[in-house]
Formats: sequence, structure tokens, C-alpha cells
Amino acid sequence: MIHDDIKSDLLGLYERAWESFGMLVLELPADRLLALVRRLKDDFGFDLLLDVTAVDFPERRPRFEVVYHLYSSGNNLRVRLKTRVEEASPRVPTLSHWYGAARFLEREAHEMYGIRFAGNDDLRPILLYEGFEGHPLRKDYPIDREQPLVPYRK
Amino acid sequence: MEIKSPVRSPLEQTADPNSVVVNLGPSHPATHGTIQVIAELDGETVKKADVHCGYLHRGFEKEAEHHHYHKIIPYTDRLNYCSALNNNFAYAEAVETLLGLELTPRCLWLRTLLSEYNRLVDHITCVAATVMELGAMTAFLYLMTVRDYIFEHLNHLTGARLTYSYVRIGGLARDLPEGWLERLEEILQLYERYIERIHGLLDRNRIFIDRTRGVGAMTPEHALNWGYTGPILRSTGLPVDLRKDSPYLAYGELDFEVPVGIQGDNYDRYYVRMREMDESVSMIRQCVKRLPGGPVSVADPRVSFPEKAHVYTRTQAVINHFKLVIDGIQVPAGEVYRAHEAPNGELGFYLVSDGGGRPHRLHVRSPSFAHMGGMHTLLEGYQLADIIATFGSMNMIGGECDR
Repeated sequence: MIHDDIKSDLLGLYERAWESFGMLVLELPADRLLALVRRLKDDFGFDLLLDVTAVDFPERRPRFEVVYHLYSSGNNLRVRLKTRVEEASPRVPTLSHWYGAARFLEREAHEMYGIRFAGNDDLRPILLYEGFEGHPLRKDYPIDREQPLVPYRK
Repeated sequence: MEIKSPVRSPLEQTADPNSVVVNLGPSHPATHGTIQVIAELDGETVKKADVHCGYLHRGFEKEAEHHHYHKIIPYTDRLNYCSALNNNFAYAEAVETLLGLELTPRCLWLRTLLSEYNRLVDHITCVAATVMELGAMTAFLYLMTVRDYIFEHLNHLTGARLTYSYVRIGGLARDLPEGWLERLEEILQLYERYIERIHGLLDRNRIFIDRTRGVGAMTPEHALNWGYTGPILRSTGLPVDLRKDSPYLAYGELDFEVPVGIQGDNYDRYYVRMREMDESVSMIRQCVKRLPGGPVSVADPRVSFPEKAHVYTRTQAVINHFKLVIDGIQVPAGEVYRAHEAPNGELGFYLVSDGGGRPHRLHVRSPSFAHMGGMHTLLEGYQLADIIATFGSMNMIGGECDR
């Protein structure tokens, strides 16, 4: 199966691999993300970046999990990549050099969780507005918190 | 006083002094949904464009973390509000996968039938709105007539015009009312008569062709690079469709084709949707023919209420009822990504459960949001008026895009 080919061929780039309801999941450190994605794209035809998001586990260290879903249209395959980043420096490299879709998707994860995508020079607010304080999808952001009025809304 | 634009557009800082920077939206009459396009113009040619969304952001994912699983269903209606049933079913399947639930045959076929029925409505709405913006008012009125009949029909089934909340974890809210399938066939025949008129009005209309052919074109590689899925990706010629590639519900047993376009332009997207509507009607008829009997929901105490009479007379039934109401469905710890072919493309739900009654994390992979990321590449180099045609064929739905 191609899952086994991916696992054996990319050995050394990821730390753990398992199946999640038919999808291959790879867990890896952030500094190997670019190398792994390049191999997935060039060697296994993962041509569509479906999703970039994050999950917050306040009681764990490292706290944040950055999650990518990639799809290969030629092989009809999906893969999930997971990398953990610390709260003090939640930093991963951008994938926007290889996937145009990353530009937009990373903006959302950036504003909702505070993940910084190094190399993405356009991390303006996308769903929120300028002047919004905090990262609302973090677990420690209260759901009933109010935001200050920004100057042009007064 | 001067009110500075809240969107720090990179265009404002880099614009050629001989160019004009104009603002389309966020409340523009042609952008059905609230979105802002900032365009740098040279005459009427768009040199650069910047797309800004988020005006309809309501905190779906934050709210999901504070609600029981069944109480999230009404929120999914407000994603793509033109095809709420497709949102319902994709979300429910993610939860059911973690629970290991197997749906009843009737539920599988009904969900498939209703998915196609809502896809039909969504494509009708998209084509109607797009062609109206190009001046085809008569075609718009024909399509709205069919849409209203379908809304009334779905109202009989769900009690709502747009916000159905018809799904339940493990099944559906209720079975079909008497006479619903007969009315369905009447509406499909009405659709066929009206859609024939749309083809006659538009397919070889010189004005329509001039406005759409070659406008907003892209290659398959371009579409994949920018994250396009659904009819937009298929308009480039790539037959990527979740219903065929990873069949869910009852799609594996249906006989249907995946329509594709030629050069990925606005005309191709119009035609792919028109062809997909015909395929949807064919699939609906197959579902009606093969619809099995039996219950629409699983009788699993983890997700279904016990019989009301038992709640009043049996201890374990009243406890079951109480726990489902107060604590909600307890979903085993784990994570899953489930995606359906929504009318706009791949609608995915990434669910992380910690074993409780509320999701630890529920992320929506929104096709509209991904599509807006690459839309500037389809606007640059074309005319100002082409923004309307291209935006219409992208079928951006604010509720789905901004979540």
C-alpha cells in the first residue's frame, strides 16, 4: 500500500506514523516540515493543500499542535501532518512557497491561535479585524470576552 | 475627519501613482454575501486585486467547543445556507465515525437523496445570481421559481425554509411525510421544463459568451495550487469528486458521471454546474427507486432517546433520557477528518474529541474560504466588469467562507 511506501521512504523525517480512519497521520518536529512536505509533493504527488489549522492543549507541553491536511489528486490519497510548537515561540515555516493556498489558510491559524508562519509576509487579519485583541480560539480566551471599540467604530 | 480604511491593503502602499485604487464592497450589490475586493485599476483593467473576507465571521468553531454535539447542528445550517443539509450530513458523519455508528439503510439513502436535492438548490441559486448580475433577469426569474418550489417542499419535510437542522447523530429527525416523494417527482419534472429554457436563453447567447468565455480562466495546476475543489476544480478538466473518489453515504451504488469543463473559465463553471444539476436529478430518481424501508435512526442509547412511554415507566430509560439531555452524546476520545462533496467543493470537519460531551476542537475546512485565497489571481489582468462575472462563478457563500 502507498501508505507503507510513504512511511518507509520518508523514514527519518517524521517521528511517529499511524492510521486515522483511513488517513495516514505523520507527526514530526517543525524543523523537518519543509523537507517532508517537499518530498510528499515531489515524490508522492500531494498537489493540494487542503487545510492548515491548530489545536490547543493547555495542559500539554508543547501546547499547540499545528495540523495540515494534504491531498494527492493523482493517487486519491490524504495525509495529515502534525507538529507541536511551544506557547512561548509558536513558530513553524510557511508552506506558501509551494502551495498558494497556504497564504490564506495560514492567516486564519495565525490570528486564531497566534501561530507564526515564518516566511509568510502577509499575515494580516482575515476573519477578525484590525484592533482585535487576543487569540479567540485559544482555550484561555473566554467566550464572553468583549473587545474594545476601535477608533473608526466609535 | 478622514476615516482610514480598516483594511491595510498592500495596494495602498505600492500603488502606481497613475493608477486608481477602488473599493468594491463590502456591501456591494453584486457580491451576494459580504466581501471586499480592492482593485488597482489602469483604465478599466485590473492590475492588482486584494480580496478581504471575514465580515460574516460569527465564531462557529469557538461556539462548537461550548456546545453539546447535537446542539452544534443548527450552527452547521448557517455555514453554506444554500445547502444546509449537506453541512448537516458532513458534520454528523464526523461524529458518527468516532462513535463507530453504522447508519440504517434508509438513512443512508435518504441522506444521499437530500444531499443531491440541496446540491440542486445550491447550483440553481449560484447560476441564478451570477446570470442576473450579467443582465439575464428572465433566466434569474425562471430559476428562482424552481428554487421556491423546492424550498416549500423541503419545508414540508423539515419545517424550515433554509435552516433545516434535519440531521441527528445516528439518523434523521423524522421520516418523509406522506406524499413527499410524489411531490418530488412533480418538482423534478418542473425543473426539467424550466432548465430547458435556461439552456435556450444562455448557452449560445453571444452576450453571455462574451462575458464569460476566457474570463477567469485557469489551468488544473493553478487550481490545485490555490486549493480549489468542487465545480471550480472540475471546470479545469480534472474529474476530482469525493462522491466518486471516496464514496460515502450511498454514492458507491449510484450511477452518475462527473462533468468537467475545458479551460477553467467562467463559462466552464456555468456549464459544469448546469450538467451537475442534471446528474443530481438523475441520482435523486435512482435514490427514490432504491429507497429501502425501515427506521431512519439507529436505536442506540448512546445517541437516541428511548421511547417516550418508556421514559415515564422504566428507570433505565429515564436515566438514558436525562444523561442525553444534560451531558449530551459522549464521543470517544480521538480525532477524525471527514469530508463530503458539498456544492462548492470539499467541506471537511476535523473533529478532536477528549471523550466528553463537547468537542475539544471542531474545525471546518471551508471550500469558500480556500477559494477566496486564490481569487485575486483570477481577477488580475481582466476588466473591472469581469470581477462581477468571476466572483459570481466562484459562488462564495459568506456564511461558509467566514464561519
